Amino acid sequence: MGDLFVLAISCIFINNILLAQYLGNCPFLGTSKKMETAVGMGMAVIFVLVMAGSLTWIVNEYLLKALDVVYLQTVSFILVIASLVQFVEMFLKKSIPALYAGLGIFLPLITTNCAVMGVCLINIKEEYTFIEALVTSFAYAAGFALALILFAGIRERILLARVPKPLQDTSIGLITAGMIAMTFMSFKGMV
Amino acid sequence: MISALLFMLGIGAVCGIVLSLSSKIFYVYEDPRIAQVENNLAGANCGGCGYAGCSAAAEAVVNGSAKPSVCVISGKEGVEEVARIMGVDAGSAESRLSYNYCEGGFRADDKYHYMGISSCKAMSSVYGGRRVCSVGCIGLGDCVKACQFNAIKIGQNGYPVVDDDKCVGCGACQQACPKDIIKVTTLSEQLMKFNQTQDALAPCAQTCPAEINIPKYINQIKEGKYKEAVKTIRMRNPLPLACGRVCPHPCEDECRRGIEDEPVSINQLKRFASDFEMNSGSRIPIKCAPDSGKKVAVIGGGPAGLSCAFFLRRIGHKVDIFDAMPKLGGMLRYGIPEYRLPKKVLDWEIQGILDLGIKSFCHVKFGADFGLGSLMASGYEAVFLGVGAWKDYSLGIKGEDLDGSFTGIDFLQRMSRGEKIKLGKTAAVVGGGNTAVDCARTLLRSGLDTVYMVYRRTRKEMPANEVEIVASEEEGIEFVFLAAPTKIISNDTGKVTQLEYLKMELGEPDASGRRRPEPVEGSETLLSVDMVISAIGQSPDPSFKEQDPHQRMTQLELTRWNTIDNDPATLQASIPYIFTAGDSATGPALVVDAIGSGRRAARSIDLFLKGEPVEPVKNSLQKKRIPESIFTKVPGIQKSARAKMPEIPVSQRLDSMIEVDLVLPEDAAQKESQRCLNCCRICYNPDTDFPMAKANRR
Repeated sequence: MGDLFVLAISCIFINNILLAQYLGNCPFLGTSKKMETAVGMGMAVIFVLVMAGSLTWIVNEYLLKALDVVYLQTVSFILVIASLVQFVEMFLKKSIPALYAGLGIFLPLITTNCAVMGVCLINIKEEYTFIEALVTSFAYAAGFALALILFAGIRERILLARVPKPLQDTSIGLITAGMIAMTFMSFKGMV
Repeated sequence: MISALLFMLGIGAVCGIVLSLSSKIFYVYEDPRIAQVENNLAGANCGGCGYAGCSAAAEAVVNGSAKPSVCVISGKEGVEEVARIMGVDAGSAESRLSYNYCEGGFRADDKYHYMGISSCKAMSSVYGGRRVCSVGCIGLGDCVKACQFNAIKIGQNGYPVVDDDKCVGCGACQQACPKDIIKVTTLSEQLMKFNQTQDALAPCAQTCPAEINIPKYINQIKEGKYKEAVKTIRMRNPLPLACGRVCPHPCEDECRRGIEDEPVSINQLKRFASDFEMNSGSRIPIKCAPDSGKKVAVIGGGPAGLSCAFFLRRIGHKVDIFDAMPKLGGMLRYGIPEYRLPKKVLDWEIQGILDLGIKSFCHVKFGADFGLGSLMASGYEAVFLGVGAWKDYSLGIKGEDLDGSFTGIDFLQRMSRGEKIKLGKTAAVVGGGNTAVDCARTLLRSGLDTVYMVYRRTRKEMPANEVEIVASEEEGIEFVFLAAPTKIISNDTGKVTQLEYLKMELGEPDASGRRRPEPVEGSETLLSVDMVISAIGQSPDPSFKEQDPHQRMTQLELTRWNTIDNDPATLQASIPYIFTAGDSATGPALVVDAIGSGRRAARSIDLFLKGEPVEPVKNSLQKKRIPESIFTKVPGIQKSARAKMPEIPVSQRLDSMIEVDLVLPEDAAQKESQRCLNCCRICYNPDTDFPMAKANRR
């Protein structure tokens, strides 16, 4: 249990998917202009990552390994994750419209999100058990949401600040992201 | 190699089958335009628009929460294509244009010296912007930067000016503006706009029951754009010719110039502009929104009904008017005498309204000739009930049924229809309102020697328009004040010979603030007359409720004054598809009140037809004033006399029904329009460059 907790902490802070691994940059810059969007996106990533992480683990363990085609990992994961997201979207739209209204519009964006793919591949590479894979998936996603929401808060403030013209918008966003990443480096050694 | 291929084929097939099955099972109807719009977005899923991906943006475009220009990458062609797709739908085919609501600009003072970045959004976070006006434009041009089509620039007066030819109605400026100054609206939205507490409104425009943008049309008259001025008036008032003649102009009482000087003669300028159109020989085309395919019945062709029909037609609905009288116009035609509003003028004006494609059916009485059932069966989805208040109150004294005794509206209406009534030589008109004055002046023009007006209070308390009272004094009507009729006396043949009245004296003020008249005991006096007309007020005639074979009207509630009960903010009656306004809802009131509420009813009917909840306008001003816009002194005014209304001399008036009041000549109208201070909420243009003018004004 304690190990799982340490694993989760390290995934959220030390190996933060956005700020330490620099995966999933497009939604990081794209959906961080408004707090509202950032929160929605964060929740959607948590939702999808937990499902994708466990499903890909199962696919890897019981299909790829069993059939001895582990080299097809990346290709098959893309297919599985994309289909999963599409399926979840359709399911939510019909069955839980309230949840769809909150998350639905963010789901298609995740189909092609490298953070999701990255976490699935990390899970396999580190040879986690199913429970561990589940925990890391959740923790990475929570780290994603945390960083995104932090960043959105800062960007809303930056809008009102005096920024030199060539640095406005995305450029200042990237600089800020770099600085947040540096502060996150101070978590190294925590575990 | 083979195994890898087979594996991928297998997993692909499984995914495909699962997805196709679930798309059948979890099918939800989606607007096909969403896919079309999405095809025209950049497809990068970049999120630059603020929506999560292109399909989310497309959905937002189709349901109206985002504008066609939402995509930051797709560029002008993409935007136009999306706009075209959205334009296919009749509901949104109406073109949108950017519209600037602030014309204060540099006229408004600065509260503080601002040295921050040049962005309205940043400045508005500091005490709502630098200018003293809380609602006005800040002037740093966020809208200009937001516009991708170069259609907006900050004009020399410090507020944005929109180039209508370049504007595509994308709405980027509206999103950029932190103060709601610049808005993208359709014609329908502009027609259905009602004064709200946060609007930039001059005191006159707040007061006008029809909510006409008065400073705007006066300014257009000043610039010589008379036709534009008429268009501005028609955004709120379909009957400027009639109003320009009969309106008691409550707006002028609130005119800011009136605080230091005589108020601007607003109503005469309205009449000038609208008469200019009529005399020019050609009608100014009136723009209407595309057809909605919905049908509304308007019962009663008076000012309220005409106004409601006019605005419903302009926002795209099909309207038919039904009227019990031989011709449309209601009280305008049958209650207001020829010498105040010539029938020729009224006919011209009503024809202009009917030319929009409104059908009228006259000489059919609601209740007697047709009912709600037949309307519903003919496909009308909503009904506007504007039947007016045509039933005269009776005096409740002896002798009201004698030969030579009449009631006000009934008398006027019969005279207007050209009925030959046997008139006497001397007459007494009982009452002090406009109907009473109209009766008296009509009698004088019909050859009577003496006309008395018998009123139970004094001249000061008379509810009739001041100009009307002055005119009747000039024409020689004799006033008998502080007199309450008690009996009408006849000779042996039942012919009226005398009116007996009690003298009154004024006591304590009553609920209306006027001093209550109290009778003086034993002061009975006789007045020798051979005609008595009682014109002491009217109420609606609810007889249509009784002639209701299918019991459809039983749910329609009336008030104790026999007016039709409605929600005063939405004008919806107790039957949801019936809306009512004008005299039949409020009791006798001004023409301009009926016009304003007719438009308000049109808005509610529009909401009802669209299936939206019929809710009142948010923060509606509705006859209230914005406190900060009401000044006690107005520095920087140089006194200048108000234009005198030209009128024909008394000697020419009394032997005919020709119109008494004349229209201002062009040079006088020009001069009068220059007296207007072009006020806004707190800004105005002083006559002199008075340095303390701005600082001292409150």
